[in-house]
Amino acid sequence: MSGIVAAPGGAGLSIRETASQTAGPYVHIGLAPHAAGFDIFENNFGPVLTDEKTKGERIRIEGRVFDGIGTVLKDVLIEIWQANSQGKYAHPADRQPGKAIDPDFRGWGRACTDFETGVYRFDTIKPGPVEGRNGRFMAPHINAWIVARGINMGLNTRIYFGDEAAANAKDAVLNLIEWEQRRQTLVAERLDARADNGSALYRFDIRLQGDGETVFFDV
Amino acid sequence: MTRPAAPDAEYLMRDTTSHPAAYTPAYKTSVLRSPRMALISLQQSLSEVTAPVFRADELGPLDHDLIMNYAKEGLPIGERIVVHGYVRDQLGRPVRNALVEVWQANASGRYRHKKDQYIGALDPNFGGCGRMLSDENGYYAFRTIKPGPYPWRNRVNDWRPSHIHYAISGDGWVQRLVTQMYFEGDPLIRRCPILGVVPSEEQIRGLIALQDESAFIQLDSRAYRFDIVLRGQRATLFENPVQKTLQGALQ
Repeated sequence: MSGIVAAPGGAGLSIRETASQTAGPYVHIGLAPHAAGFDIFENNFGPVLTDEKTKGERIRIEGRVFDGIGTVLKDVLIEIWQANSQGKYAHPADRQPGKAIDPDFRGWGRACTDFETGVYRFDTIKPGPVEGRNGRFMAPHINAWIVARGINMGLNTRIYFGDEAAANAKDAVLNLIEWEQRRQTLVAERLDARADNGSALYRFDIRLQGDGETVFFDV
Repeated sequence: MTRPAAPDAEYLMRDTTSHPAAYTPAYKTSVLRSPRMALISLQQSLSEVTAPVFRADELGPLDHDLIMNYAKEGLPIGERIVVHGYVRDQLGRPVRNALVEVWQANASGRYRHKKDQYIGALDPNFGGCGRMLSDENGYYAFRTIKPGPYPWRNRVNDWRPSHIHYAISGDGWVQRLVTQMYFEGDPLIRRCPILGVVPSEEQIRGLIALQDESAFIQLDSRAYRFDIVLRGQRATLFENPVQKTLQGALQ
């Protein structure tokens, strides 16, 4: 029966997806012109996902991105996509019962690693749990997508939360990772210190290659 | 009965043969920035099939006009062109309201970026970026100056063909795509290490815009056509109910 829907993969009756190419060293021009050093758009997409009316616990996620020999990369762009504090995505395909869209939270942002320090930073709220496949709730998480010079196709990963150990232990996606020690690469550590704006502070470093390589997903 | 939260639609499994590998030594920067572990394949959940929804009022009236959106005391120098095309999915359906963001060098091959040190001159009237939403038919269009080629440090005499960078955000997070558009007839195309990582001639052809006389603006601009294909969306509504029905019938 499923054969009448569509062939899986690129074969069959579907046409090919346009090939990916690197975002290159000047990705900031198009996606974050202030970082490139100029002002052109009135409305700029950035790393702050909240305003004063957004519902939920304020959090800051910050970290660095490392290459295969531990170099801190300073030309990376990261986007995140997440559910609101109730665990609902601001998108029509999310029909979870009993959850409302927060009009003051889209759940999407983009950040650049700093050209001097290599640190990226998002100010957002902690998402609620979202129902996954087969009715099982996923542990709270944020989806992240990473592009840069030298990355031929954007890398997808997830950011889970260190203070959600019980939920993480039951999460179907984390449990899909057969190498238990690799699951920790997706868990942001909650720090004792708070951010300078008073938010709870999490650290999430990304290792593109080698020791402690972050788990990336084929979604 | 509560409605199942499983999405009604999901996206075709990504065909990795359509894309460059992560590790491509001819493009040297990829060597230390490419994961060595296999990607973990996920069945899609709401996290993957949803994506940000953009509104027209978030974009300014000149955001899609690279000729005018940074013009200070005159027009930018270079060949005036229109670039247009359709954003579709792998099953041929238009992707509506897709956010299309573009960026490029100016006619001298110089980027307005604090890290670009190329000797080619900056143009005071050219920023080099734009953005727009596709319409009801998946159609997008912008006008700009044709970018120039430029040298880059890979090997000592590597040159990038003229190109425009694209970032596209569709209906689902898994459709997110970054790519580059090239221009028909550019002799640098065949020796570009970045384009060379694309695994087939067919896929390389898909990145080369064709000159489109039907869209020329007379006495003003030439035009290029560049269509984009994002991951295909398929219905999942048959899967679980059908399995249950079949199981019921067989019992």
